[in-house]
Amino acid sequence: MANEKVTFKKVKKYVPLYVMMIPGLLYLIINNYMPMPGLVIAFKTYSAKKGIYGSPWCGFANFKYLFATSDAWVITRNTILYNVAFILINTVLSILVAIILSELTSRLKKFYQSAILLPHLISTVIIAYLVYGFLCVDTGFVNTSILAAMGKDPVMWYTETKYWPFILIFVSAWKSVGYNCIVYLATILGFDRAYYEAATIDGCTKIQQITKITLPMLKPTIIMLTLMAVGRIFYSDFGLFYQVPMNSGSLYPVTQTIDTYVFRGLLQLGNVSMSSAAGVYQSLVGFVLVLGANLAVRKVDPESALF
Amino acid sequence: MRTKEERIFQIIGNILMMLAALAAIIPLVLLVSSSFTENNALIKYGYRFFPTVFSTEAYSYVFSTGNSVLRAYFVSFLLTAVGTVVSLIITTMLAYPLARQGMPFRGVLTFLVFFTMLFNGGLVPTYINYTNVFHIKNTFWAILIPGLLMNAYNVLLTKSYFVTGVPSEILEAASIDGASEFKTFVSIALPMAKPIIATIGMFVGIAYWNDWNNGIVYLTSTGGSQWYSIQSLLYQMMNNIQYLAQNAENISTAQEGLASIPAASVRMAMAVMGVLPIVVIYPFIQNNFVKGITLGGVKG
Repeated sequence: MANEKVTFKKVKKYVPLYVMMIPGLLYLIINNYMPMPGLVIAFKTYSAKKGIYGSPWCGFANFKYLFATSDAWVITRNTILYNVAFILINTVLSILVAIILSELTSRLKKFYQSAILLPHLISTVIIAYLVYGFLCVDTGFVNTSILAAMGKDPVMWYTETKYWPFILIFVSAWKSVGYNCIVYLATILGFDRAYYEAATIDGCTKIQQITKITLPMLKPTIIMLTLMAVGRIFYSDFGLFYQVPMNSGSLYPVTQTIDTYVFRGLLQLGNVSMSSAAGVYQSLVGFVLVLGANLAVRKVDPESALF
Repeated sequence: MRTKEERIFQIIGNILMMLAALAAIIPLVLLVSSSFTENNALIKYGYRFFPTVFSTEAYSYVFSTGNSVLRAYFVSFLLTAVGTVVSLIITTMLAYPLARQGMPFRGVLTFLVFFTMLFNGGLVPTYINYTNVFHIKNTFWAILIPGLLMNAYNVLLTKSYFVTGVPSEILEAASIDGASEFKTFVSIALPMAKPIIATIGMFVGIAYWNDWNNGIVYLTSTGGSQWYSIQSLLYQMMNNIQYLAQNAENISTAQEGLASIPAASVRMAMAVMGVLPIVVIYPFIQNNFVKGITLGGVKG
């Protein structure tokens, strides 16, 4: 195709097709491309009156302020550490569930899969209500039924920071293992059964089959999905960190991530400069990480790379 | 020996999966049970897995006071229907030409779509763009357009379906028969792409029903509450249960309204209403949903 000349006649033939693309392309321009140059706002003193492009430049002042605060460190640390924990725990659990599901002969198999996938379809606001049902200080199940029965004092769940790393990791697993295991399960079901039959004849135990056949064959998939997740390590699930802790101020040290920081700065504190500086920080580092992860994926398995 | 080991594996596997399945469902049971419990009993005993004192007062409160809940329900259905239909139209209309071999600028245009998956301006410029340039704040557009209407991933998925599932010979034959490009698209390509349209429609529909993000970014509680979807309303109520009373028309004073809200049970009843449509359609869409997730590996 590359050698063919783009002639006016040829383009004309395709005019109806170009016209069809207009609404979609227009949407990408409005929703994606118009905001991109707006990133320069991080290098300006924003004034709503003058708009993004009319506001005066201020160099790196916004970044200097941002990185002078402890916020920059806290939001970077939280975003990355939570993502690392999510990647490790959710990957291990997803693979475990996929292996068990692939081996089970029970009729309930279908039910198990449906049940664990359901949380993925529930909105984060409703997940926040589900968590609230357990953790509400006055009426939550944990305080009124479990701790009371054990004779312990109620815990102020929404103000005590020490529990939240565990709660958030648990909620993340609850929400995403059913979804993540689908790709692993599909991959395992695609393996040639002959390997397993041969292993059985040779007297391999089930556990040996799993560790010697399933896991090694699953390795490329694991590496690929993990690398892709690592590429997204600078982005966090906004709903999980904003809705589930009920936007509780005293929990910020352990729940504030880059995404919640940008949101709060822009819409609750009206601090556009700090917010946009954090946004640019995320966009640029995030972009580099996505490219790097893809490069790594291409080395492992060129077929799976995005580009 | 082998069969015994196999049996133990099956038993342990079933137990583990049963625990996982219960863990996935149990929070919903707590939610439903609490919504059917009398408010005073909730305050006394807390949220339980069985209603301590059965009552439907939360639901009668929701349906009798004001129309903010019913209105939000209506907005959610409207948003989901309009959003899904518009999204499918513009997604397929963009994907179809990109799938056509020989169209000039095809590569550049595909890259323009693809690049949006790698890089984005983030919340601040997007927000300023939508509110200062397009002025969509507190309108229906605010919940319909930002982020959700179309995404590059769906476009590329549809494009590869057109490439592999709709043979170019058929399209050429239609063209020789004198069918216009648009007619070929509507009457030949689209019917052949039904499976991918169903899959994407389902993903988009669920995303619209579950969306609260546009509501908290582009709607303010003072100026945009008429466009609150059920999710936005749930978010508002989480912070501020009085919100319901303020909007209730048959309550004379805010004070009186506040005292009369069975808050503990109403919260849960509203959340049940928010999740109900998903749970109802889930059995029907589940197979298609699982297939759609595994489609992710397909590239154009």
